[in-house]
Amino acid sequence: MHAAEIVACIDGPLLVRGDFELVSATGEPVERTRRTVALCRCGASAIKPFCDGTHKLVGFRTEPPPAPEVDDDAS
Amino acid sequence: MEVARSIGAGSSGADRSEGRFAAPPFSARGPVSEQLLAALRRPTADADETLAGFSGTIADALTQTDDIARDDDLQLALLILHGLHYGSVVDADEDWEWHPETVAARVAIERAFERELRDRVSSVPLPAPDAEAVASALFELTKPTPGPSVARFVAKHATNEQAREYVVLRSVYTLKEADAQTWSIPRLNGRAKAALVEIQADEYGGGRPERMHSAIFARTMRELGLDDSYGAYLDAVPAITIASFTMMSMFGLNRRLRGASAGHYAAYEMTSSLPNRMLGDGFRRLGYGEEVTDYFDEHVEADAVHEQIAGRDLAGGLAEHEPSLVPDIMFGAAASMMVDGWAAERTLQEWEAGRSALRQALHADRRAALEEVS
Repeated sequence: MHAAEIVACIDGPLLVRGDFELVSATGEPVERTRRTVALCRCGASAIKPFCDGTHKLVGFRTEPPPAPEVDDDAS
Repeated sequence: MEVARSIGAGSSGADRSEGRFAAPPFSARGPVSEQLLAALRRPTADADETLAGFSGTIADALTQTDDIARDDDLQLALLILHGLHYGSVVDADEDWEWHPETVAARVAIERAFERELRDRVSSVPLPAPDAEAVASALFELTKPTPGPSVARFVAKHATNEQAREYVVLRSVYTLKEADAQTWSIPRLNGRAKAALVEIQADEYGGGRPERMHSAIFARTMRELGLDDSYGAYLDAVPAITIASFTMMSMFGLNRRLRGASAGHYAAYEMTSSLPNRMLGDGFRRLGYGEEVTDYFDEHVEADAVHEQIAGRDLAGGLAEHEPSLVPDIMFGAAASMMVDGWAAERTLQEWEAGRSALRQALHADRRAALEEVS
């Protein structure tokens, strides 16, 4: 198996594939049923540490919002 | 000598050479499917007789219909013709798969269906042929919307019978889940091909046949007391639900439509995790256990992975490799949303009016079988 690769998906989860081990905060193995997993990073998933797509409902953004346009006429 | 002959006879083996192919568990819905089903009971050798005038019958049906996606006869015929490639739809002489008459029939219906989809699909802004731009455009097209949906209805309101109807409707595709997209694997290259294979390996259970998604769904059907053999309830399924499946089979089986297939699959995966969560909740609300909800729960996690790979690497990777396919990628995604939207709209309308979402022309014995186990 290849070395682990983590894809930081724009506005979405961390996609992890390759050779890696997933453990809880206490070092217990987290059961994983598929080779490639998506890890929640919006904090709203109901199946953490995995992603369940909820980031789409909470408007999670990974990129900084575009700089506000400067309007010289604004008071 | 006898042995050599029977080996040479191939798939249309001795016991079937007299035309004894089993009748399918579903009925014709008009002249096209009627002639096709009758012909498939007999060997290809009788095609001159059994399919006499068939191209004319199809041409007439195509002229007369004003809505192929909701045309019972044409959609059923197309499902049967695709079924010759898949297997397990009709018991028939295997030579029918590439018989010139059946191939011509399939292409004639597909071309008209594709034309109708292209005419009716809403135009969507085309992203640059860049993987992130394509993924972002697909996520935008498929973003969750508030308001009524079949999944919300199942979560909150569905009766036991309505929940079972949902599973019957879904079985047309899901008993063959992922197979339609597998057709397109050899038509892709590089990043897009690797992405599709990565998704499909997971769909097919990652080496464990019992975890194959179609097998998990079949278990859900059995747990609900439903027959999991393909086509057992096809008579109960309206044309528009069949169209959802024939559309993806058409996209998968035609190399020319590989862009549409990739876009369709991405949109399908992107609209799966959140609704499956609600569907699982609906079946739990009705008192079903893990044996029934496993299918839906599995898709919450699986499709949150698949949607990222399908958007960025399958559709996005294909767009970077073949920029001319960007319009078809977006067409496939928009067609998926449109046709599945029509089917869902119909189901909701019937349920909200207190009617069955299944076809009324359901055979009495099949209806009895459905009611008996409920």
